[in-house]
Amino acid sequence: MSDLLAARSQMAMSLAFHIIFAVIGIGMPVLMVLAERRWQRTREPVYLELAKRWAKGTAILFAVGAVSGTVLSFELGLLWPGFMEFAGPIIGMPFSLEGFAFFMEAIFLGIYLYGWDRISEKAHLRAGILVALSGVLSGIFVVIANAWMNAPTGFTMVNGVPTDINPLKALQTPAAFSQTLHMTLAAFTSTGFGAAGVHALMLLRDATNRFHRRGLEIALTLAIPAALLQPLSGHHSAQHVAEHQPVKLAAMEALFETQAGAPLLIGGWPDEATGTVRYGIELPKVLSFMAFNDPTAVVRGLNEVPEADRPNVLLTHLSFQLMVALGSFMALVALVALWRMWRRDDLTHHRWFLRATVAAAPMGFIATEAGWMVTELGRQPWVVHGVLRTADAVTPMPGLVVPFLAFTALYILLAIATAWLLWRQILMAPAEAEWHRVHVPRGRPVVEGVRG
Amino acid sequence: MAEWPLVELTAAAMVVSMAAYVLFGGADFGGGVWDLFARGPRAARQRALIADTIGPIWEANHVWLILVVVILFTGFPIAYARLSTALHIPLTLMLIGIVLRGSAFTFRAYDSRADDVQQRWSRLFAISSLVTPVLLGIAAGTVVAGGAAPPGRLSFHAAYIAPWTAPLPILVGLMTLTIFAFLAAVYLTVEAREADLATDFRRRAIASGIALTLLALATLWVARTAAPRLWEGLLLRPETRLIHVATALSSLGAFGALLGRRYRTARTFAALMAALIIVGWALVQYPYLVPPDLTVHEAAAPPITLALLVGALGVGGVILFPALWYLYRVFGPREG
Repeated sequence: MSDLLAARSQMAMSLAFHIIFAVIGIGMPVLMVLAERRWQRTREPVYLELAKRWAKGTAILFAVGAVSGTVLSFELGLLWPGFMEFAGPIIGMPFSLEGFAFFMEAIFLGIYLYGWDRISEKAHLRAGILVALSGVLSGIFVVIANAWMNAPTGFTMVNGVPTDINPLKALQTPAAFSQTLHMTLAAFTSTGFGAAGVHALMLLRDATNRFHRRGLEIALTLAIPAALLQPLSGHHSAQHVAEHQPVKLAAMEALFETQAGAPLLIGGWPDEATGTVRYGIELPKVLSFMAFNDPTAVVRGLNEVPEADRPNVLLTHLSFQLMVALGSFMALVALVALWRMWRRDDLTHHRWFLRATVAAAPMGFIATEAGWMVTELGRQPWVVHGVLRTADAVTPMPGLVVPFLAFTALYILLAIATAWLLWRQILMAPAEAEWHRVHVPRGRPVVEGVRG
Repeated sequence: MAEWPLVELTAAAMVVSMAAYVLFGGADFGGGVWDLFARGPRAARQRALIADTIGPIWEANHVWLILVVVILFTGFPIAYARLSTALHIPLTLMLIGIVLRGSAFTFRAYDSRADDVQQRWSRLFAISSLVTPVLLGIAAGTVVAGGAAPPGRLSFHAAYIAPWTAPLPILVGLMTLTIFAFLAAVYLTVEAREADLATDFRRRAIASGIALTLLALATLWVARTAAPRLWEGLLLRPETRLIHVATALSSLGAFGALLGRRYRTARTFAALMAALIIVGWALVQYPYLVPPDLTVHEAAAPPITLALLVGALGVGGVILFPALWYLYRVFGPREG
């Protein structure tokens, strides 16, 4: 394994690991605050128990997210000193803002977790809201920095040196809006369906458990709107990529030749050697229409750039297809849930719906990972699009396979420990008899079960 | 706007964040050290006090480290690139320690108290609390000794191993650990609500304070030959001499207050001493950010970046400090 590949693998692995916890750190506080608000309004103890359970889960996952995020802030320099020397002055701003958002998140999470009996109910809920807000904000700041890597602004290159640096212009990178929106919705969809799926699984075993009913309701409140908005945000993102990163779009769509009225490819196995795609379904002119709102528009293909400047088409395309497929499935589940709720139907009466929700539980996270594969792999060979190559940014330190393997082993152990702990301490439902009273017989309108 | 105050302001903000990390984050590591050395009939109560004290605040305290890194890579990108290249190995080891400490502490807090898995998290938390500060100090000591030079054509050993395995960095590593442990012990005398528990930590504070004094003298002795520039800066420049006298006086104040069981006073002096050590270090090095040759001015980002960064830190501080005050007030020692 070359040092460059080891460095890329370590960065990819560290990001892939951290992102799960980051996403949960953005979504879970929203769930926990929603539950606590309902507890304060209804005084139904089940909501308090939910808020506390979710807070416990948040505490564990946030801690792992915080330390793995620390690793990343160092790895930027440990692995890519050339990149940071170049980008630090231009794009350090959102990172410093993120620092403060992270501070607020940590401070108010501490208050939320340990302050149940130390501050007033109102102050407690307010602390939770601040955790949720600063979680969303810190995600947005970090993604802005990534957006800048895709559409760099705020400097001029003169003889290979960035001059005329303007960090405020860098913050306004055109990719910022589409990427931060897409990522925030991804965090809500993943966490919402992740939690909904767990409660759905428990309801499949015991449909009368009130704790899991309420859990499912609140989790879907977050997941449904996010999952329905996500395809729209994705469409907007793709149009942006079509305009600013045509090579990335070509890799996502495995479009080898520039053409007018380009088809949309569904599935398919691109072969870079021959420049062809096998086993795919092509929808004529749809790609041109999707990318430029014009069925005859010219979409640029991979042939526009030399082979050395192309990303890995196979992985980018497959990741993109995977993300879209999973996103579509979740949007469909969200639609069905919305329809059933509108009909005032008890969702727990539909075992296939519960099963679909269980299936959706990991999908948001997998789709998020796949989406990051698209944006990161699709940008290669550049670390800063069109300006700095990944190979020119890597550290001169040799033997990088060693830290790569060390961190991989560490994170595997951490993942196992976290999953095991969550299972043992959080998911095992409370067995209080009181929570078993709300099952509604089939065919009667629901009073208790599913309301907004 | 003239350029120089921006560079100095940015550097000062970094030094303040570093001092805050030592005073708060460092003490949390020190707590882990005393968890490892919990002894005697009150060992379980010592551990419980440590866990209760750092539980709600360690994550917020940890963010100071992130802030230091962010200021470094935004404000002094060349220095960040150079440090993270030269210190790749000790920093990587330190990160592993940070990951293990944080997750083991949280896993322990939320796992069932009944079985030996709990004990294993506890042990892991305590050991990583012991090792991580040493590595952090080693990294700092390498910088002080001028070991963070560009790798150039040096051999792997000469470029990436020899600089941080020298006696001076290792002594600074041990000193860092001792500072953290000393701070933790002093803070815990205030946090302890029972006199016997406070006495336990008083004894630990005095012992680690003595160890710290001896290590500081040893470091000074080694610095005389290993880092003559540091030695000169420590003893010969008048403005730094003042800081060192103040550091020595505050450590005496801390000792005196500990002996007289005036724990709150001891806490103030101990914190002052630790902050002065960081400020003193910064002044000794100034104008060099990465000795022997890279100054803060050479490493600094363009003025517009620094102006925005200092502005952001200022505005952030306005939000941050009240929030931190609220956090410590909610979880501070309950009166009476």
